[in-house]
Amino acid sequence: MQRYIIRRVAQGLLAVVVISVVVFALARVSGDPTLVLLPDEASEEQIANTRAEWGLDKPLHVQYWVWVNRLARGDLGNSFKWAGTPASELIIERLPATLQLSLFALLISGLIALPIGVLVAVKKDSGWDYAGKIFAILGQSAPSFAIGLILMWIFAVQLDLLPTSGRGGLSHMILPGFTLGYYNVAAVMRLTRSSMLDVLDSEYVKLARIKGVPEWKVIWKHTFRNALIVPLTYFGLIGAVLLTGSVVTETVFAWPGLGQLVIEAIIARDFTVVQGVVLLFAFIYIGMNILVDILYAYVDPRIRYA
Amino acid sequence: MATSAVPKARPWHVVPGAAQLSGAYAWARRYPLLPGTVLMFLLIIPAIFANQIAPHDHRIGDLKAVKLPPAWVGPKIVERTVVERQGRVARQNEITLSAAKRRIERGQATFISGGADGQVDLGDKLDVVVRGGGTWKYVLGTDKQGRDVLSRIIHGSRISLTVSTLAIVLGGGLGTVLGLLAAYRGGFVDTIIMRIVDIKLAFPSILLALVLVAAWKPGFMTVVIVIAVLLWARYARVVRGEALSIKHKDFIDRARVAGASDLRIMFRHIFPNLINTLIVLATLEVGHVIILESTLSFLGAGIPRPTPAWGVMVADGRELITSAWWIFLFPTLAIVMTVLSMNLLGDWMRDKLDPKLRNV
Repeated sequence: MQRYIIRRVAQGLLAVVVISVVVFALARVSGDPTLVLLPDEASEEQIANTRAEWGLDKPLHVQYWVWVNRLARGDLGNSFKWAGTPASELIIERLPATLQLSLFALLISGLIALPIGVLVAVKKDSGWDYAGKIFAILGQSAPSFAIGLILMWIFAVQLDLLPTSGRGGLSHMILPGFTLGYYNVAAVMRLTRSSMLDVLDSEYVKLARIKGVPEWKVIWKHTFRNALIVPLTYFGLIGAVLLTGSVVTETVFAWPGLGQLVIEAIIARDFTVVQGVVLLFAFIYIGMNILVDILYAYVDPRIRYA
Repeated sequence: MATSAVPKARPWHVVPGAAQLSGAYAWARRYPLLPGTVLMFLLIIPAIFANQIAPHDHRIGDLKAVKLPPAWVGPKIVERTVVERQGRVARQNEITLSAAKRRIERGQATFISGGADGQVDLGDKLDVVVRGGGTWKYVLGTDKQGRDVLSRIIHGSRISLTVSTLAIVLGGGLGTVLGLLAAYRGGFVDTIIMRIVDIKLAFPSILLALVLVAAWKPGFMTVVIVIAVLLWARYARVVRGEALSIKHKDFIDRARVAGASDLRIMFRHIFPNLINTLIVLATLEVGHVIILESTLSFLGAGIPRPTPAWGVMVADGRELITSAWWIFLFPTLAIVMTVLSMNLLGDWMRDKLDPKLRNV
């Protein structure tokens, strides 16, 4: 088990290093930020000065080395677009909004997906089951901007129940939260359903029924608790997916988080911010993946030797 | 699972695993008629015959028919009171005297009260047509440049079909070659290729796509290449797994004894055995590619305007969601329905051709 953990963590670290190189290189070839950020009438000299000031005139490997050295000290560098503000400051400023949305989406997926998963498992092959399947298939087939816009149109424009966009109270979070969580709701629901069906088929559930335990107790106490393991391990993965999936949802609902920040930064060729956000996302994504793998390996020893 | 002692003979069209499903869902999975039909009419026929069946020009709109609603939506009429001059904040239920006169001349307003003398007076109440009704000339309405939404959706299917075909051929081809190479060569080559696959799969795809698009010029081929870059890793992994299991079969050894070259063994002896898997994987990936392409286009990092990609149309319509819902809704539905049908078709193909892939 220990060897497995060490191997997975080493692999993850390697991936982070490679990603940092790739992102760094890609951001550099994506165009000259001085062309985007300086006014058109800027003189050659001004452009050269700005390039020197940002260290863009040095060879690529030197730029990378400088960047990595600073990174090791927690300095992501200064933003070009937002007038020299440290990228880390911009990220920290936007992070709470994204975390808030992701956690809310996670909560929604849990609150909706688990009970529905139990319901469709208990009422297998009924209308409920059928409706649940359509719901799940839609989650796989609709891009999140489509779900977001349709929800916005129905609940904010037509019914006028919820605000269309922006960050604010709880009512502002419902639509983007649901949009972000939908895909996972579908996935968790299906996992819960199959896991519930497995457990419902087991000997001890049959025994509980024979003993005359009331049906609700069989379902919620004997079955649900045991069936919960599979969807729970999946939740770690979801957390990572939510965080990165927020790019689209934040754009649809004008939610002022990291997703919007990275899009603005990409358009402005603001390398330092793009590198910072992408690296952060990659780090979280890979970290969560490793955590889930280890959790799975703990639950199912066969995986360790695969 | 309850099983009878003697398994009944299964008709060829019954898919294992789908048999216990009931109702319309089972029907839809057992026969790909419904997704097949939707795809024919939404994707394939429009893409091939776009120029013949599109009722209007998809590039140049009619500026006299801007933001017309779909044919079945009637005009929007609002009651307004005639006032001298609107305040600094325009009120919903008021109309200025001069505007009211103009509207009446054009027949876009009728009197509710007053107007007995044929003149518009202050304080009269009018029914004002604030938005015209739809006409059958523009079945799904027009956008803010007066372009026919239906014609643009028809032309947009061409983009979806070509992007997904090219990206899958390119990404699938690359992944297949690398997967074959990794399996056949093994050792160092295998380790390197599979490490790259691991790293690629660890990277959040939409972010990678955005950074890649920003690195090149936005355009059709950029989108195709970027999506291909996102796709290849999965092919490489699946192909490697399949190829490894074939590699040790007798007929491969015999081919080698007969003096076949490595390339010949890889492409004439192993590859043909992978075709079923590749077809299923390709079908399952089309929906994924359409989602990626439309998401990139929606974020402004995909197909550039004025090409009528569905994602671009949705992005255009998004600004007008409060006043002209048809501009965003119809392309959105086109995307969802196409992907849904493609996924159903892919599921069906998998069950028919390659049930092993169920967990991929």
